[in-house]
Amino acid sequence: MVNNTVKKIVNGDVMTAAKLIRDIDDQVPETREILKALHGYTGKAYIIGVTGAPGVGKSTIVDQMVRDLRLNGKTVGILAVDPTSPFSGGAILGDRIRMQRHSLDKEVFIRSLATRGQFGGLTQSTLSAIDVLDAMGKEYIIVETVGVGQGEVDIARCVHTTVIVVVPGLGDHVQAIKAGIFEVGDIFVVNKADRPEAERAVTYLRSMIGLAKKEFKNEGWEPSIIMAEALNNKGIIELLNEIEKHRRSKKVGDILVAGKRDSARIQLTEMIKSRLIEETLNRITGSPEFEKYLDCIMERTKDPYTACDELLSAMVFGLSLDPCSAPNRTSNHPDEKD
Amino acid sequence: MGDRRRIKVLISVIGLDGHFTGAEIVSRYLMDAGMEVVYLGIYQTPEMIVSAAIQESVDVIGISSHASNYDQIGMLLDLMKQNGLNDIPVICGGTIPRQHAETLLKRGVSKIFPPQSSSESIVNYITSIVKR
Repeated sequence: MVNNTVKKIVNGDVMTAAKLIRDIDDQVPETREILKALHGYTGKAYIIGVTGAPGVGKSTIVDQMVRDLRLNGKTVGILAVDPTSPFSGGAILGDRIRMQRHSLDKEVFIRSLATRGQFGGLTQSTLSAIDVLDAMGKEYIIVETVGVGQGEVDIARCVHTTVIVVVPGLGDHVQAIKAGIFEVGDIFVVNKADRPEAERAVTYLRSMIGLAKKEFKNEGWEPSIIMAEALNNKGIIELLNEIEKHRRSKKVGDILVAGKRDSARIQLTEMIKSRLIEETLNRITGSPEFEKYLDCIMERTKDPYTACDELLSAMVFGLSLDPCSAPNRTSNHPDEKD
Repeated sequence: MGDRRRIKVLISVIGLDGHFTGAEIVSRYLMDAGMEVVYLGIYQTPEMIVSAAIQESVDVIGISSHASNYDQIGMLLDLMKQNGLNDIPVICGGTIPRQHAETLLKRGVSKIFPPQSSSESIVNYITSIVKR
Protein backbone atom coordinates (compact mmCIF):
# COMPACT_ATOMS: atom_id res chain seq x y z
CA MET A 1 0.00 0.00 0.00
CA VAL A 2 2.74 2.42 1.05
CA ASN A 3 5.00 1.25 -1.76
CA ASN A 4 2.24 1.64 -4.30
CA THR A 5 1.51 5.20 -3.22
CA VAL A 6 5.19 6.09 -3.23
CA LYS A 7 5.64 4.64 -6.70
CA LYS A 8 2.70 6.60 -8.06
CA ILE A 9 3.96 9.85 -6.55
CA VAL A 10 7.49 9.37 -7.82
CA ASN A 11 5.98 8.76 -11.27
CA GLY A 12 4.19 12.11 -10.94
CA ASP A 13 0.62 10.94 -10.33
CA VAL A 14 -1.22 14.15 -9.50
CA MET A 15 -4.29 12.64 -7.91
CA THR A 16 -2.30 10.44 -5.52
CA ALA A 17 -0.03 13.33 -4.55
CA ALA A 18 -3.00 15.64 -4.05
CA LYS A 19 -4.76 13.14 -1.81
CA LEU A 20 -1.60 12.58 0.19
CA ILE A 21 -1.18 16.32 0.77
CA ARG A 22 -4.79 16.43 1.92
CA ASP A 23 -4.15 13.63 4.40
CA ILE A 24 -0.97 15.35 5.60
CA ASP A 25 -2.99 18.51 6.15
CA ASP A 26 -5.62 16.57 8.04
CA GLN A 27 -2.86 14.92 10.10
CA VAL A 28 -3.83 11.38 9.22
CA PRO A 29 -1.26 9.26 11.10
CA GLU A 30 -0.81 6.81 8.19
CA THR A 31 0.82 9.56 6.11
CA ARG A 32 3.92 9.29 8.28
CA GLU A 33 4.83 5.93 6.78
CA ILE A 34 4.45 7.29 3.26
CA LEU A 35 6.49 10.39 4.06
CA LYS A 36 9.20 8.21 5.53
CA ALA A 37 9.37 6.22 2.31
CA LEU A 38 9.24 9.36 0.15
CA HIS A 39 12.13 11.01 1.93
CA GLY A 40 14.70 9.16 -0.15
CA TYR A 41 13.30 10.70 -3.33
CA THR A 42 13.49 14.29 -2.11
CA GLY A 43 16.20 16.93 -2.13
CA LYS A 44 16.37 17.57 -5.85
CA ALA A 45 14.00 20.51 -6.30
CA TYR A 46 15.01 24.14 -6.06
CA ILE A 47 12.71 25.79 -3.56
CA ILE A 48 11.75 29.45 -3.72
CA GLY A 49 9.77 31.23 -1.01
CA VAL A 50 7.68 34.27 -1.92
CA THR A 51 6.31 36.26 0.96
CA GLY A 52 4.88 39.69 1.71
CA ALA A 53 1.82 41.50 3.03
CA PRO A 54 -1.63 40.74 1.59
CA GLY A 55 -2.32 42.44 -1.71
CA VAL A 56 1.27 43.22 -2.74
CA GLY A 57 1.01 40.93 -5.76
CA LYS A 58 2.64 37.69 -4.64
CA SER A 59 0.29 35.44 -6.59
CA THR A 60 0.61 37.54 -9.72
CA ILE A 61 4.40 37.44 -9.46
CA VAL A 62 4.32 33.68 -8.94
CA ASP A 63 2.02 33.34 -11.94
CA GLN A 64 4.45 35.26 -14.14
CA MET A 65 7.43 33.36 -12.78
CA VAL A 66 5.73 30.08 -13.61
CA ARG A 67 5.04 31.32 -17.14
CA ASP A 68 8.72 32.03 -17.75
CA LEU A 69 9.88 28.81 -16.08
CA ARG A 70 7.47 26.85 -18.28
CA LEU A 71 8.74 28.64 -21.40
CA ASN A 72 12.12 27.24 -20.43
CA GLY A 73 10.65 23.78 -20.07
CA LYS A 74 10.95 23.57 -16.27
CA THR A 75 8.37 21.72 -14.19
CA VAL A 76 6.89 23.65 -11.28
CA GLY A 77 5.02 22.97 -8.07
CA ILE A 78 3.30 25.79 -6.20
CA LEU A 79 2.15 25.82 -2.59
CA ALA A 80 -0.05 28.83 -1.91
CA VAL A 81 -0.62 29.30 1.79
CA ASP A 82 -3.53 31.46 2.99
CA PRO A 83 -4.52 32.18 6.58
CA THR A 84 -7.05 30.15 8.54
CA SER A 85 -9.71 32.18 10.33
CA PRO A 86 -8.87 32.08 14.04
CA PHE A 87 -12.58 32.33 14.78
CA SER A 88 -14.16 29.62 12.67
CA GLY A 89 -11.17 27.52 11.64
CA GLY A 90 -12.27 27.92 8.04
CA ALA A 91 -10.44 29.63 5.21
CA ILE A 92 -10.94 31.06 1.77
CA LEU A 93 -8.09 29.99 -0.48
CA GLY A 94 -8.07 32.35 -3.42
CA ASP A 95 -4.55 32.29 -4.82
CA ARG A 96 -5.47 30.09 -7.75
CA ILE A 97 -7.48 32.95 -9.25
CA ARG A 98 -4.25 34.66 -10.31
CA MET A 99 -2.72 31.49 -11.71
CA GLN A 100 -5.54 30.20 -13.86
CA ARG A 101 -3.71 30.07 -17.13
CA HIS A 102 -1.57 27.28 -15.70
CA SER A 103 -4.50 25.23 -14.46
CA LEU A 104 -4.52 22.94 -17.50
CA ASP A 105 -0.73 22.58 -17.70
CA LYS A 106 0.10 19.04 -16.61
CA GLU A 107 3.60 20.03 -15.54
CA VAL A 108 2.34 22.62 -13.08
CA PHE A 109 0.88 21.49 -9.77
CA ILE A 110 -0.84 24.25 -7.82
CA ARG A 111 -1.96 23.54 -4.31
CA SER A 112 -3.64 25.86 -1.82
CA LEU A 113 -3.02 25.30 1.87
CA ALA A 114 -4.58 26.96 4.89
CA THR A 115 -2.33 27.78 7.83
CA ARG A 116 -4.60 25.86 10.25
CA GLY A 117 -3.89 25.96 14.00
CA GLN A 118 -1.18 27.99 15.57
CA PHE A 119 1.12 25.20 16.68
CA GLY A 120 3.64 25.19 13.91
CA GLY A 121 1.02 23.59 11.69
CA LEU A 122 1.98 25.83 8.82
CA THR A 123 5.57 24.82 8.93
CA GLN A 124 4.99 21.14 9.48
CA SER A 125 2.43 20.34 6.82
CA THR A 126 3.96 22.81 4.36
CA LEU A 127 7.34 21.14 4.73
CA SER A 128 5.79 17.75 4.15
CA ALA A 129 3.91 19.08 1.12
CA ILE A 130 7.20 20.42 -0.26
CA ASP A 131 8.62 16.90 0.10
CA VAL A 132 5.71 15.44 -1.85
CA LEU A 133 6.15 17.90 -4.75
CA ASP A 134 9.90 17.31 -4.64
CA ALA A 135 9.43 13.54 -4.84
CA MET A 136 7.07 14.05 -7.80
CA GLY A 137 10.08 15.46 -9.63
CA LYS A 138 9.13 19.13 -9.81
CA GLU A 139 12.28 21.07 -10.67
CA TYR A 140 11.09 24.26 -9.00
CA ILE A 141 8.83 24.57 -6.00
CA ILE A 142 7.44 27.97 -5.15
CA VAL A 143 5.99 28.47 -1.67
CA GLU A 144 3.82 31.54 -1.35
CA THR A 145 3.01 32.69 2.17
CA VAL A 146 1.11 35.67 3.50
CA GLY A 147 2.36 38.09 6.05
CA VAL A 148 5.31 38.71 8.23
CA GLY A 149 4.89 36.32 11.12
CA GLN A 150 7.27 33.86 12.68
CA GLY A 151 5.92 31.08 10.49
CA GLU A 152 7.15 32.84 7.41
CA VAL A 153 10.56 33.30 8.93
CA ASP A 154 10.67 29.56 9.55
CA ILE A 155 9.64 28.88 5.99
CA ALA A 156 12.42 31.19 4.85
CA ARG A 157 14.95 28.97 6.58
CA CYS A 158 13.70 25.97 4.68
CA VAL A 159 13.75 27.37 1.15
CA HIS A 160 16.77 28.13 -0.99
CA THR A 161 15.83 31.62 -2.10
CA THR A 162 13.46 33.92 -0.24
CA VAL A 163 11.77 36.63 -2.27
CA ILE A 164 10.09 39.38 -0.30
CA VAL A 165 7.53 41.46 -2.14
CA VAL A 166 6.75 45.00 -1.08
CA VAL A 167 4.82 47.82 -2.70
CA PRO A 168 5.39 51.57 -2.61
CA GLY A 169 3.57 53.56 0.02
CA LEU A 170 3.27 50.91 2.72
CA GLY A 171 5.42 52.83 5.15
CA ASP A 172 8.88 54.15 5.73
CA HIS A 173 12.12 52.43 6.63
CA VAL A 174 10.93 51.95 10.21
CA GLN A 175 8.31 49.55 8.88
CA ALA A 176 11.03 47.73 7.04
CA ILE A 177 13.05 47.28 10.24
CA LYS A 178 10.26 46.21 12.52
CA ALA A 179 8.70 43.89 10.02
CA GLY A 180 11.33 41.37 11.08
CA ILE A 181 11.35 39.74 7.68
CA PHE A 182 14.04 42.02 6.45
CA GLU A 183 16.70 39.66 7.73
CA VAL A 184 15.45 36.72 5.72
CA GLY A 185 15.05 38.32 2.30
CA ASP A 186 17.48 37.30 -0.43
CA ILE A 187 15.74 39.29 -3.11
CA PHE A 188 13.36 42.18 -2.61
CA VAL A 189 10.78 42.97 -5.24
CA VAL A 190 9.23 46.42 -5.26
CA ASN A 191 6.06 45.53 -7.11
CA LYS A 192 3.58 47.98 -8.63
CA ALA A 193 6.63 50.08 -9.42
CA ASP A 194 4.61 52.37 -11.68
CA ARG A 195 3.11 53.88 -8.54
CA PRO A 196 4.42 57.04 -6.96
CA GLU A 197 7.11 56.62 -4.32
CA ALA A 198 8.48 53.42 -5.86
CA GLU A 199 11.94 54.99 -6.04
CA ARG A 200 11.67 55.96 -2.42
CA ALA A 201 10.79 52.39 -1.42
CA VAL A 202 13.89 51.21 -3.27
CA THR A 203 16.00 53.83 -1.50
CA TYR A 204 14.72 52.71 1.90
CA LEU A 205 15.46 49.09 1.13
CA ARG A 206 18.89 49.95 -0.22
CA SER A 207 19.78 51.87 2.92
CA MET A 208 18.61 49.00 5.10
CA ILE A 209 20.72 46.55 3.14
CA GLY A 210 23.67 48.96 3.33
CA LEU A 211 23.57 48.79 7.12
CA ALA A 212 24.30 45.09 7.09
CA LYS A 213 26.71 45.02 4.18
CA LYS A 214 29.50 43.39 6.14
CA GLU A 215 27.30 40.57 7.34
CA PHE A 216 26.06 39.92 3.86
CA LYS A 217 29.61 39.82 2.58
CA ASN A 218 30.44 37.03 5.02
CA GLU A 219 27.36 35.13 3.96
CA GLY A 220 28.28 35.45 0.32
CA TRP A 221 25.15 37.20 -0.87
CA GLU A 222 23.96 40.77 -0.70
CA PRO A 223 20.19 41.09 -1.11
CA SER A 224 19.20 42.66 -4.38
CA ILE A 225 16.25 44.87 -5.17
CA ILE A 226 14.14 44.52 -8.27
CA MET A 227 11.45 46.87 -9.46
CA ALA A 228 8.54 45.06 -11.04
CA GLU A 229 5.09 45.47 -12.46
CA ALA A 230 3.97 41.87 -12.27
CA LEU A 231 0.65 42.49 -13.97
CA ASN A 232 2.49 43.85 -17.03
CA ASN A 233 5.17 41.16 -16.81
CA LYS A 234 7.85 43.74 -16.10
CA GLY A 235 10.78 42.75 -13.92
CA ILE A 236 9.95 39.04 -13.86
CA ILE A 237 12.81 37.89 -16.09
CA GLU A 238 15.12 40.05 -13.99
CA LEU A 239 13.74 38.36 -10.88
CA LEU A 240 14.31 34.87 -12.28
CA ASN A 241 17.83 35.81 -13.36
CA GLU A 242 18.50 37.11 -9.89
CA ILE A 243 17.18 33.88 -8.38
CA GLU A 244 19.59 31.93 -10.62
CA LYS A 245 22.40 34.23 -9.55
CA HIS A 246 21.50 33.64 -5.94
CA ARG A 247 21.34 29.93 -6.58
CA ARG A 248 24.93 29.97 -7.79
CA SER A 249 26.11 32.17 -4.90
CA LYS A 250 28.24 31.03 -2.01
CA LYS A 251 25.31 31.45 0.37
CA VAL A 252 23.12 28.92 -1.40
CA GLY A 253 26.15 26.74 -2.04
CA ASP A 254 26.57 26.64 1.71
CA ILE A 255 22.89 25.91 2.21
CA LEU A 256 22.94 23.14 -0.34
CA VAL A 257 25.94 21.48 1.25
CA ALA A 258 26.34 22.27 4.94
CA GLY A 259 23.09 24.15 5.48
CA LYS A 260 21.07 21.05 4.77
CA ARG A 261 21.73 20.21 8.37
CA ASP A 262 19.95 23.43 9.36
CA SER A 263 16.85 22.62 7.40
CA ALA A 264 16.95 19.05 8.68
CA ARG A 265 17.19 20.48 12.19
CA ILE A 266 14.20 22.75 11.64
CA GLN A 267 12.15 20.01 10.11
CA LEU A 268 12.92 17.58 12.91
CA THR A 269 12.37 20.21 15.60
CA GLU A 270 9.04 21.20 14.08
CA MET A 271 7.99 17.60 13.87
CA ILE A 272 8.84 16.92 17.50
CA LYS A 273 7.19 20.18 18.51
CA SER A 274 3.92 19.41 16.83
CA ARG A 275 3.83 15.85 18.07
CA LEU A 276 4.66 16.95 21.61
CA ILE A 277 2.07 19.67 21.56
CA GLU A 278 -0.53 17.46 19.97
CA GLU A 279 -0.08 14.69 22.47
CA THR A 280 0.71 16.59 25.65
CA LEU A 281 -1.46 19.67 25.29
CA ASN A 282 -4.57 17.68 24.50
CA ARG A 283 -3.94 15.44 27.49
CA ILE A 284 -3.57 18.42 29.81
CA THR A 285 -6.39 20.61 28.55
CA GLY A 286 -8.69 17.62 28.32
CA SER A 287 -8.18 16.58 31.94
CA PRO A 288 -10.59 17.28 34.79
CA GLU A 289 -7.72 18.87 36.75
CA PHE A 290 -7.40 21.51 34.05
CA GLU A 291 -11.02 22.50 34.57
CA LYS A 292 -10.49 22.61 38.34
CA TYR A 293 -7.55 24.93 37.85
CA LEU A 294 -9.71 27.18 35.70
CA ASP A 295 -12.22 27.39 38.56
CA CYS A 296 -9.45 28.22 41.01
CA ILE A 297 -8.10 30.94 38.76
CA MET A 298 -11.56 32.45 38.41
CA GLU A 299 -12.03 32.38 42.17
CA ARG A 300 -8.55 33.90 42.46
CA THR A 301 -7.37 31.19 44.82
CA LYS A 302 -4.69 30.37 42.28
CA ASP A 303 -2.76 32.43 39.80
CA PRO A 304 -2.33 31.16 36.26
CA TYR A 305 1.48 31.14 36.52
CA THR A 306 1.47 28.70 39.41
CA ALA A 307 -1.31 26.71 37.78
CA CYS A 308 0.85 26.36 34.69
CA ASP A 309 3.86 25.23 36.71
CA GLU A 310 1.84 22.70 38.68
CA LEU A 311 0.01 21.28 35.69
CA LEU A 312 3.26 20.84 33.84
CA SER A 313 5.03 19.22 36.78
CA ALA A 314 2.14 16.84 37.27
CA MET A 315 1.15 15.97 33.73
CA VAL A 316 4.54 16.05 32.10
CA PHE A 317 6.93 15.21 34.90
CA GLY A 318 4.59 12.95 36.86
CA LEU A 319 4.47 14.75 40.22
CA SER A 320 1.31 14.70 42.31
CA LEU A 321 -1.36 17.25 41.74
CA ASP A 322 -3.70 19.07 44.08
CA PRO A 323 -5.28 22.00 42.29
CA CYS A 324 -6.77 24.22 44.93
CA SER A 325 -4.95 22.90 47.98
CA ALA A 326 -3.93 26.08 49.67
CA PRO A 327 -3.93 29.57 48.31
CA ASN A 328 -0.45 29.98 46.92
CA ARG A 329 -0.25 33.63 47.75
CA THR A 330 -2.03 36.10 49.94
CA SER A 331 -4.86 37.69 48.11
CA ASN A 332 -4.15 41.14 46.90
CA HIS A 333 -7.38 41.57 45.02
CA PRO A 334 -8.53 45.18 45.51
CA ASP A 335 -12.00 44.06 46.63
CA GLU A 336 -10.58 42.00 49.44
CA LYS A 337 -8.34 44.64 50.92
CA ASP A 338 -9.28 46.26 54.18
CA MET B 1 -7.30 13.64 19.99
CA GLY B 2 -9.69 15.75 17.99
CA ASP B 3 -10.70 15.14 14.44
CA ARG B 4 -8.38 17.10 12.20
CA ARG B 5 -10.40 16.51 9.06
CA ARG B 6 -11.73 19.70 7.64
CA ILE B 7 -14.30 19.91 4.87
CA LYS B 8 -12.78 21.34 1.71
CA VAL B 9 -15.10 22.83 -0.89
CA LEU B 10 -14.38 24.20 -4.36
CA ILE B 11 -16.57 27.14 -5.31
CA SER B 12 -16.67 28.39 -8.88
CA VAL B 13 -18.73 30.14 -11.52
CA ILE B 14 -18.80 28.38 -14.86
CA GLY B 15 -18.74 29.55 -18.48
CA LEU B 16 -19.49 33.13 -19.48
CA ASP B 17 -21.45 33.84 -16.31
CA GLY B 18 -19.72 36.78 -14.66
CA HIS B 19 -21.78 37.01 -11.49
CA PHE B 20 -19.46 36.38 -8.59
CA THR B 21 -21.40 37.90 -5.68
CA GLY B 22 -23.33 34.74 -4.84
CA ALA B 23 -20.22 32.58 -5.08
CA GLU B 24 -18.28 34.90 -2.80
CA ILE B 25 -21.04 35.18 -0.23
CA VAL B 26 -21.46 31.42 -0.08
CA SER B 27 -17.66 31.04 0.21
CA ARG B 28 -17.76 33.35 3.19
CA TYR B 29 -20.62 31.37 4.79
CA LEU B 30 -18.68 28.16 4.39
CA MET B 31 -15.53 29.68 5.83
CA ASP B 32 -17.51 30.92 8.81
CA ALA B 33 -18.77 27.38 9.26
CA GLY B 34 -15.17 26.18 9.57
CA MET B 35 -14.72 24.87 6.04
CA GLU B 36 -11.83 25.47 3.68
CA VAL B 37 -12.96 26.99 0.43
CA VAL B 38 -10.90 26.95 -2.75
CA TYR B 39 -12.40 29.86 -4.64
CA LEU B 40 -11.83 29.80 -8.38
CA GLY B 41 -13.80 32.88 -9.39
CA ILE B 42 -15.58 33.42 -12.68
CA TYR B 43 -15.19 32.26 -16.31
CA GLN B 44 -14.10 28.73 -15.45
CA THR B 45 -14.34 25.91 -17.96
CA PRO B 46 -15.28 22.38 -16.87
CA GLU B 47 -11.65 21.37 -17.57
CA MET B 48 -10.28 24.05 -15.25
CA ILE B 49 -12.67 23.06 -12.48
CA VAL B 50 -11.81 19.36 -12.79
CA SER B 51 -8.09 20.11 -12.79
CA ALA B 52 -8.42 22.27 -9.67
CA ALA B 53 -10.61 19.68 -7.94
CA ILE B 54 -7.94 17.03 -8.52
CA GLN B 55 -5.00 19.17 -7.44
CA GLU B 56 -6.80 20.50 -4.38
CA SER B 57 -8.38 17.17 -3.39
CA VAL B 58 -11.75 18.71 -2.47
CA ASP B 59 -14.78 17.01 -0.94
CA VAL B 60 -17.52 18.96 -2.72
CA ILE B 61 -17.81 21.19 -5.79
CA GLY B 62 -20.22 24.12 -5.66
CA ILE B 63 -21.23 25.94 -8.85
CA SER B 64 -22.89 29.32 -8.55
CA SER B 65 -25.11 30.19 -11.45
CA HIS B 66 -26.81 33.40 -12.40
CA ALA B 67 -26.76 33.25 -16.19
CA SER B 68 -25.13 29.94 -16.85
CA ASN B 69 -25.11 27.79 -19.86
CA TYR B 70 -26.48 24.80 -17.97
CA ASP B 71 -24.97 22.44 -20.53
CA GLN B 72 -21.57 23.34 -19.12
CA ILE B 73 -22.59 21.99 -15.73
CA GLY B 74 -23.53 18.77 -17.50
CA MET B 75 -20.17 18.78 -19.26
CA LEU B 76 -18.49 19.21 -15.89
CA LEU B 77 -20.27 16.13 -14.56
CA ASP B 78 -19.22 14.08 -17.61
CA LEU B 79 -15.64 15.23 -17.34
CA MET B 80 -15.58 14.41 -13.63
CA LYS B 81 -16.69 10.85 -14.42
CA GLN B 82 -13.96 10.51 -17.06
CA ASN B 83 -11.38 11.63 -14.50
CA GLY B 84 -12.55 9.34 -11.75
CA LEU B 85 -14.11 12.06 -9.62
CA ASN B 86 -17.53 10.39 -9.41
CA ASP B 87 -17.40 10.44 -5.63
CA ILE B 88 -17.29 14.24 -5.41
CA PRO B 89 -20.83 15.68 -5.13
CA VAL B 90 -21.67 18.74 -7.22
CA ILE B 91 -24.09 21.25 -5.78
CA CYS B 92 -25.48 24.29 -7.59
CA GLY B 93 -26.98 27.51 -6.42
CA GLY B 94 -28.57 30.55 -7.96
CA THR B 95 -31.31 31.48 -10.37
CA ILE B 96 -31.78 28.18 -12.14
CA PRO B 97 -35.20 27.78 -13.83
CA ARG B 98 -37.17 24.79 -12.61
CA GLN B 99 -37.02 22.79 -15.84
CA HIS B 100 -33.23 23.21 -16.00
CA ALA B 101 -32.95 22.31 -12.34
CA GLU B 102 -34.79 19.06 -12.96
CA THR B 103 -32.52 18.21 -15.89
CA LEU B 104 -29.42 18.95 -13.82
CA LEU B 105 -30.60 16.79 -10.94
CA LYS B 106 -31.27 13.96 -13.42
CA ARG B 107 -27.77 14.34 -14.83
CA GLY B 108 -26.25 13.93 -11.40
CA VAL B 109 -26.13 17.27 -9.59
CA SER B 110 -26.77 16.30 -6.00
CA LYS B 111 -28.62 19.41 -4.83
CA ILE B 112 -29.74 22.80 -6.09
CA PHE B 113 -30.12 25.77 -3.79
CA PRO B 114 -32.55 28.32 -5.23
CA PRO B 115 -32.48 32.02 -4.30
CA GLN B 116 -33.39 32.66 -0.66
CA SER B 117 -31.84 29.41 0.53
CA SER B 118 -30.53 29.97 4.03
CA SER B 119 -26.81 29.77 4.75
CA GLU B 120 -27.60 27.09 7.36
CA SER B 121 -29.29 24.90 4.80
CA ILE B 122 -26.21 25.02 2.55
CA VAL B 123 -23.78 24.39 5.41
CA ASN B 124 -25.91 21.58 6.84
CA TYR B 125 -26.29 19.92 3.48
CA ILE B 126 -22.57 19.96 2.75
CA THR B 127 -21.78 18.67 6.22
CA SER B 128 -24.28 15.84 5.81
CA ILE B 129 -22.96 14.64 2.44
CA VAL B 130 -19.28 14.69 3.29
CA LYS B 131 -18.81 11.24 4.71
CA ARG B 132 -15.57 10.68 6.49
